[in-house]
Amino acid sequence: MNTEITGIIVTFILTILLAYPLGKYIAKLYSGQKTWLDFMKPVERSIYKFTGINPGQAMNWKEFLKAMLTINMLWLVYAFFMFLYQAHLPLNPDGNPNMTADLSFNTAISFVVNCNLQDYSGESGVTYLTQLFVITFLQFVSAATGIACLIALFNGLKEKTTNNLGNFWQIFTVTITRLLIPLCIVVAILLAFNGSPASFDGKDTITNLQGDTIQVSRGPAAGMIAIKHIGTNGGGWFGANSTHPLENPNYFTNIVEIIAQTLIPIAMIFALGFYIKRKKFAYVIFGVMTLGVLLLLIPTVITEIHGNPLLTKMGITQLTGAMEGKELRFGPAASGYWSILTTVISTGSVNSMHDSSMPLSGLMQMLGMLVNGFYGGCGVGILNYFIYIIIAVFISGLMVGRTPEFMGHKVEAREVKIAALVTLLSAFIIKGGTALAAYYFVNHGDANWAVKPSAWLNNPNYHGFSEMLYQYTSSNANNGSGFEGLADNNPFWNITTGFAMILGRFIPIIGPIAIIGLMANKKYVPESAGTLKVDSITFGMMTFAVIIIVTALSYFPPLVLGPIAEYFSIH
Amino acid sequence: MAKDQSNKLFEPALVKEALKQSFVKLNPRIMLRNPVMFTVEIGTAIMLAVCIWIAGGEKSQGHLGYNVAIFLILLLTVLFANFAEAIAEARGKAQANSLRKTREETPAKWIQAVGDMYVNEMKIVPSSQLKKGDIFLCETGDMIPMDGEIIWGIATIDESAITGESAPVIRESGGDKSSVTGGTKVLSDKIKVRVTTEPGESFLDKMIALVEGASRQKTPNEIALTILLASFTLIFLIVCVTLKPFADYANTPLTVAALVSLYVCLIPTTIGGLLSAIGIAGMDRALRANVITKSGKAVETAGDLDVLLLDKTGTITIGNRKATNFYPANGIDEKLFIETSVLSSLADETPEGKSIVELGKLNPSYFDTNNSTFIKFTAETRSSGMDMADGTKVRKGAFDSIRNMVVKAGNPFPAETEERVRLIASNGGTPLVVSRNNQALGVIELQDIIKPGIQERFERLRKMGVKTVMVTGDNPLTAKFIAEKAGVDDYIAEAKPEDKMNYIKKEQQSGKLVAMMGDGTNDAPALAQADVGVAMNSGTAAAKEAGNMVDLDNDPTKLIEIVEIGKQLLMTRGTLTTFSIANDVAKYFAIVPALFIVSIPGLQSLNIMYLKSAESAILSAVIFNAIIIPILIPLALKGVAYKPIGASALLRRNLLIYGLGGLIAPFIGIKLIDMLLSLFM
Repeated sequence: MNTEITGIIVTFILTILLAYPLGKYIAKLYSGQKTWLDFMKPVERSIYKFTGINPGQAMNWKEFLKAMLTINMLWLVYAFFMFLYQAHLPLNPDGNPNMTADLSFNTAISFVVNCNLQDYSGESGVTYLTQLFVITFLQFVSAATGIACLIALFNGLKEKTTNNLGNFWQIFTVTITRLLIPLCIVVAILLAFNGSPASFDGKDTITNLQGDTIQVSRGPAAGMIAIKHIGTNGGGWFGANSTHPLENPNYFTNIVEIIAQTLIPIAMIFALGFYIKRKKFAYVIFGVMTLGVLLLLIPTVITEIHGNPLLTKMGITQLTGAMEGKELRFGPAASGYWSILTTVISTGSVNSMHDSSMPLSGLMQMLGMLVNGFYGGCGVGILNYFIYIIIAVFISGLMVGRTPEFMGHKVEAREVKIAALVTLLSAFIIKGGTALAAYYFVNHGDANWAVKPSAWLNNPNYHGFSEMLYQYTSSNANNGSGFEGLADNNPFWNITTGFAMILGRFIPIIGPIAIIGLMANKKYVPESAGTLKVDSITFGMMTFAVIIIVTALSYFPPLVLGPIAEYFSIH
Repeated sequence: MAKDQSNKLFEPALVKEALKQSFVKLNPRIMLRNPVMFTVEIGTAIMLAVCIWIAGGEKSQGHLGYNVAIFLILLLTVLFANFAEAIAEARGKAQANSLRKTREETPAKWIQAVGDMYVNEMKIVPSSQLKKGDIFLCETGDMIPMDGEIIWGIATIDESAITGESAPVIRESGGDKSSVTGGTKVLSDKIKVRVTTEPGESFLDKMIALVEGASRQKTPNEIALTILLASFTLIFLIVCVTLKPFADYANTPLTVAALVSLYVCLIPTTIGGLLSAIGIAGMDRALRANVITKSGKAVETAGDLDVLLLDKTGTITIGNRKATNFYPANGIDEKLFIETSVLSSLADETPEGKSIVELGKLNPSYFDTNNSTFIKFTAETRSSGMDMADGTKVRKGAFDSIRNMVVKAGNPFPAETEERVRLIASNGGTPLVVSRNNQALGVIELQDIIKPGIQERFERLRKMGVKTVMVTGDNPLTAKFIAEKAGVDDYIAEAKPEDKMNYIKKEQQSGKLVAMMGDGTNDAPALAQADVGVAMNSGTAAAKEAGNMVDLDNDPTKLIEIVEIGKQLLMTRGTLTTFSIANDVAKYFAIVPALFIVSIPGLQSLNIMYLKSAESAILSAVIFNAIIIPILIPLALKGVAYKPIGASALLRRNLLIYGLGGLIAPFIGIKLIDMLLSLFM
């Protein structure tokens, strides 16, 4: 078999082999059992003491969300002002400027919501201080927020009837001290030893073989690159993200980084099984998600390996596949694999330019983000999937002639309403945003803005449409990757995607937590032979069908006008 | 057979009425109750405006004929949906009316009250003037004018008008069989009846009001489904609204007709149009099973039931126990024993006694009973029999009472008979010991006869996930035996009314939904406590008031049918929703390439149905979307068949039929319509 293909298969199997024990560990960690990282307990105790947190205090779903939203709001304000005044603050050896208000608005939201859409370039747009104490800090806390919210869902599923979804502060703290930091230390060390910089010095100057002098940006990058993947954030230290030779030096680091970003999302699925003691349920979810990923992955890898049909028509053989926008050290298969995983999971880091992917790959990448629940981001992936489960439970419950139930709790009008709202919101943000952009591009192309709408798109036509669609899809999914080629650092894009990101983050978190809070409060209904088993393959396929149908029906027309039209135009 | 069915579904008179109602229901205020179809009506109005616009000279919207065609098809879509609801209403009303017709304007013999006293004067008044609390008299041959409760007397009544059962029933004051229904006929004797309902408020009247929609409340699942459908509708609204700027970007002019057609095709009109018809049909099916439901919710709850409380007698066993075997003691001549047994039962009027005579197969005239004294059964002696003219004393009775008698007289009690007695009891039977002149001759076995086929019905219920509980006054040993033999999951032996209540509460505490059937006043609290309480029509007014369904047939096995009706109701909604949504895939493939084919020729590859032209593609899709509603009306009215094969298997089956079917059917349908259209276009 092709070495490139073997490479991605090995990577995938390795990820699962690591995720399984990690899932076991996560389940132990949150159910308060003994773990080998318990030596961090004194640190946690001093944090509780210092901040006045009572870690044993029970929280219902409203209290839980209140705590989560309050602290996130605080971080948002903090980040906004730090970016706005970063030039005047210390740790700025390259003398980078302040951000404009709209860019600061966009960037602050982007990192608070774990999206990491970057309308700036890391080398010139931020300082070491904001890189470390705003961006890296937010990469930790936003990942921990997502995980904490998922644990609240687990708690609601675990008990027959309960009001208590756990204490947000306590879950949040142990997530950082005993999950994220230890994993990041391992990854950061691996990266640093492979050449990622970990230095506070400013730009370095080298002379290349041709005798030209080149300024090379550096910085304490290894740690941030670790959390950007472990926390499924995706925001790179350098503008070129993980295509940059210092951010992702070789094939080994490429494997480390791709495993790092897939690790927690998959481990969380296994953790669900261990934690609520329904392993089969977790395996079915894992199976459905993996099926989804494979269906996106296989066509992508095949297309990329086969190269660009336009070049083939010109009689050019492409033995190495479609190489435009790809790094020679990774090749089309590993790049295709990364591009699908980074989009199904809400990381959004890139090791190739998605703008240059074949149209079919671009379609698959967008579908990954539109579904946003095949593995999905840290914690939020399963929360998104939960919404699909609720819709599937509702429809299939009716189909077997029984008021729909999920794990012993009736799914009624209120739960359906919330799930429907969450689904509706994505459709509204993505299509509404793209429609707005298309409207301005067509009708007000010459508007006297910072960047004229007519100058937004590097590649007008179908591909340009995909660029706009991708930008809103990525923002709503809190993915953060970009179909570059879009002039996005201007008020229109900064502000609209800012709102897309913040709504696309919090509504899909509030929704599932509210649903589980309401359901866990209801009387427990024991299972009978007439109850639909949610841990069956049949139900798994039902959920899969709901995901496919809902996504296809919601987004078919824009996808036809973007990547699908482009596909047919070159085939 | 199939033809018969459809004839019954669409009786011409009902269809005529429903057609009229389809137009009446176009009133936007009525349409608003159904958000999905309401938006289709708005779309229709928009198309009408567009047609007028084009007639006024507008050139950008395609030719007039095409637009008018779209307008007419959309109008038809709305009318079809209205027709579905109207025909369901008409059928329900017709069914209820046929029950009500029997009681219209019968003369009533009203007994006037003077203060608290009732004088013996009668006045003939029309039944419609009777109010709740009035007393009337019915004699042989009279039609009972109103629902009521017998306060004096006993009568045989022909209830065939309501139940279809021709055998007359006995109703009397005081007991649990004191209720009479308007429209039934007194065959003998005389009763005084107190009216229990105000005119227009009988269960049937309430039922008719429910069907007519005036007081029809949406059930919880219906509300949840409406929300889901509304959100799908909104998603598709967003799809269509945003398509305009997308098309502008792609330099493609879109006509209003195309956008409105796409919208109407995508929104779940199929289930939206049939939703209320399905709900009404559920109540109607209950009514056809001769069950009056007080709310649609009760039918829906029935589908969720976890536990059924069933009375043993009449439900699980046939009426009363019967003699099945004679076991003479050692050394006793079998013929003598049988003779004695029959003799002891000759005067016994109880069903048990009669069954002994039957089993003995001896002609009563064979015995000489002149000058004999019949000894009646009393609670003290717990035996009965006969003192013959020649001084012979024959007795039959409970084991211990006969044994006492035998032992007291100084005779031994045969050990093998005692053993047999124990054996019979442990097998769920009732032993009756027979003695002749204080000497034990042997034992007769009485057994409950379990209804044929009841085991299969319980098995079916078990597969549905419903637990069956037998309620009986028998001792635990007998109860256990019968429970095992009949295949019920649990039993309550030596049951008192409060035991039922406690059992229901216990099950409900663990989250289960419980149904029971009852008739007596002392059942009323339990009927009210149960999630589904089915009162027998023959039961007391209190019982009927407490339950949420009334069974006109007084048939205890009806609960099983009610569960299936409830499940059918939910399944019909679920499967048609799936079908409706799955249809959209094909409609996308028909319409989207059609919209953009001019500016993006590459999209011809998406026209996988090879539809002839953009206009014929759009027309085919909306036509398919419209006609699928009337095609599915019979299914909506009859309900999707329920098969107790376990939830997962059922889901697979329904997904295959309605999910995959819903995916494929429109591809075929739209292609066929397109081929047909291309003959004319």
